[in-house]
Amino acid sequence: MNTKTNHDRTCRAPKSVKGYSIKTSPDKTQIGGQVTVTINDHAIKVPLGTTILEASKSLGINIPTLCNHDDLCVAGVCRICVVEVEGQRNLQAACAFPVTSPIKVRTHSRRVRHARRHILDLMLAKHYGECYSCTRNGNCELQNLAEEYGVDFYRFGHLKEPRYTVDNSSYAVVRDMDKCILCRRCIRTCIDMQEVGVLGAINRGDKTKIATFLDKPLAEVICINCGQCINRCPTAALKAKDPTDEVWAAIDDPTKHVVIQTAPSPRAAIAECFGVEPGTALTFEMNTALKRCGFNKVFDTNFTADLTIIEEGTELILRLYKALVKKDPGVAETIPQFTSCSPGWVKFIEHFYPEFLPHVSSAKSPQQMFGALIKTYYAQQNNLDPANIVSVALMPCSAKKFECNRPEMISSGYKDVDYGLTTRELAKMIKEAGVDLLKMEKSDFDDPFGSATGSGVIFGATGGVMESALRCVIELVTGKKVENLFDHAEITPVRGFEGSRIAELTIGDVGPVPDLLKHLVPDWNWLRGVTLKLGVCHGTANAKKVLEDIRNGGPFSQCQFIEFMACPGGCLGGGGQPIPTTPEIRAARARAIYAEDRRSTIRKSHENPAILSLYKEFLTDGPCGKVSHKLLHTHYVARGKYILA
Amino acid sequence: MLVSENETLKNNIIKWAEELGKDRTILLPLLQRVQKKYSSISPYAMQIIADLLDIHPVEVYSVVSFYSFLNDEPKGRFVIRLCRTISCEMSGRDRIARQLQNELGIAFGETTPDSRFTLEWTNCMGMCDLGPAMMVNDVVFTEMTPEKAHEIVERCRQTFSAFALQNKQEG
Repeated sequence: MNTKTNHDRTCRAPKSVKGYSIKTSPDKTQIGGQVTVTINDHAIKVPLGTTILEASKSLGINIPTLCNHDDLCVAGVCRICVVEVEGQRNLQAACAFPVTSPIKVRTHSRRVRHARRHILDLMLAKHYGECYSCTRNGNCELQNLAEEYGVDFYRFGHLKEPRYTVDNSSYAVVRDMDKCILCRRCIRTCIDMQEVGVLGAINRGDKTKIATFLDKPLAEVICINCGQCINRCPTAALKAKDPTDEVWAAIDDPTKHVVIQTAPSPRAAIAECFGVEPGTALTFEMNTALKRCGFNKVFDTNFTADLTIIEEGTELILRLYKALVKKDPGVAETIPQFTSCSPGWVKFIEHFYPEFLPHVSSAKSPQQMFGALIKTYYAQQNNLDPANIVSVALMPCSAKKFECNRPEMISSGYKDVDYGLTTRELAKMIKEAGVDLLKMEKSDFDDPFGSATGSGVIFGATGGVMESALRCVIELVTGKKVENLFDHAEITPVRGFEGSRIAELTIGDVGPVPDLLKHLVPDWNWLRGVTLKLGVCHGTANAKKVLEDIRNGGPFSQCQFIEFMACPGGCLGGGGQPIPTTPEIRAARARAIYAEDRRSTIRKSHENPAILSLYKEFLTDGPCGKVSHKLLHTHYVARGKYILA
Repeated sequence: MLVSENETLKNNIIKWAEELGKDRTILLPLLQRVQKKYSSISPYAMQIIADLLDIHPVEVYSVVSFYSFLNDEPKGRFVIRLCRTISCEMSGRDRIARQLQNELGIAFGETTPDSRFTLEWTNCMGMCDLGPAMMVNDVVFTEMTPEKAHEIVERCRQTFSAFALQNKQEG
């Protein structure tokens, strides 16, 4: 099992500095040594190297922060966390002050309070806009601090005119630099955490501004739309493009048939928007709430997640068959196969590693498969004109907004998915509709796609696609039940939050080829005794490491199948999920998702009766057949990362 | 041709990067060399540099936009920078500024249409005792008078002036 830490925090230190730095584990107790800190007359022993902020947290003392974030490296730029350290002339930033000797700290002295208030006043002086007309109203870290510190007037004035124009160019992310407080969380997210490198601070002094390369609109640069910056922005300087007005208009239009598909991750997180603890799944309550909002039908994206497994799995089997049995060198080069469910990841590879594009599965993401099916299969079955169907997708993702607007996503003859909604936007719609989500009775998804399996649900967590695929492959190839191999069919080796991992699976005996695949492969004998190596990775920084590893012929190049997710933690940590996000919140959401998988009666994609009837009635030439290629598969664009001036 | 220009630019950057030791820490010296040779750092150059040093183009752009002596858009052949700090102001900077503006027909922050001159403000150059001070490319002139300013601009106008030659040889 290959395990790596989520991201190496010292990775971007210059080589000249690396020689002097000591590799430390995030677990401070391993450094050895304890030191006493006295914070506001309370003494506490902490491991050496603990910051004042962490020490005071363990004492229950709250120090305000803005630039500090659990997922990101220390920056110490906003200065709101300043504290008084005895013996030091200046106030020190608590988030960036490691305790190495016994010190006395005062966190709320008069001097500190005045300094913090002053800093806030300065930030507000250049913060254009009013809170009423802000998408982050009620969930804004700056607003909260202003309240905590009793800001009752603008000491240094307030801007009357916007200084910048709002960058609306991207399908997914909107940048409003008038709300920016220059905390640089987005930069650290983009450069360090995701290693995409779209945002940077340009100019100097009071002209400093967060901008893209050459200050171009976001749509013209290499942004992958993952939206991680949105999740970490303390204000509304970064937000997702909101299509709720269009969706409401479609709902209000009696000629339109509005259907919504809901992905697994939003249901595990939407409760957070209603003040409930993270990790509470509200799947069936949400179905009722959606109906009350006015959606005609509510479908489960998990249905097409199951379909993705069948299509992507068949594609993998065909690739392996061609490479191992037919000895086709052209196909052998395209192994390992990469997943294609995450649109952020797809755009990442299109920009940064276009030479690897043949590896990416041609299967569409579940959202787009569903979009294509709704406007063809569903329209046929219900005698609806696809032109009157408005297909909405509830996703935990901002990149899905970009994906549904890709020009090639019109295989039904119409725009397959009309609007992508994020979890936050749906929560807003539910609130707007006056629906009390928590008090809704439960209701199931609508037919004909009603039933979904547990395999679809776990798509939301990193390793989920791999686990679902494995459940299928094991049963289809060996003819044996997964439960015999893994307890409760839970393939735990692929679960977890390490940045990247490899799991191995040796196929022993093989069974007969199931009917679904009979026309594609004659038998399974060529897989007997073969060890499948499967990679899982999440976050594009890790994806970059894995791709470099493949290029250099490392362990990942030996894999047959690798799951990539653009966001840390998989979809449940997506850019459309409720704000804030921390490793703990993501772990809680993962628990909710895995619990839902356990609750479902059918837990393997190939056992989904709706899938089987779909292949019987509609996709009659089977997985990866002609019809499915037209509707369920796509192609990619080698974009490259060079931006022409 | 544009393509071949970019090609030589790329080869030069690769050569310099090898000389300096391909590492993130050589970013500034590398940028200075590009600036010196090409009098600006083009977006293409920034992306080549980013690729070579394994950083992101936006980080290079961030550095270029931070330093006023690095620029991403071409400036004039002669960049005239007049000190705007208080001691130079007190010793009659405004007269020099007016003289330069009249002489060149442009305001501060602008470049002449023939792209020969760029006029800019600069902060203190440490010549406070000899104000007003100004810089033409890399050369500092002190105790400026409007007459002297006129003379310097005239000397620059004759393309064979010392600075032009000096720059050419070094470049």
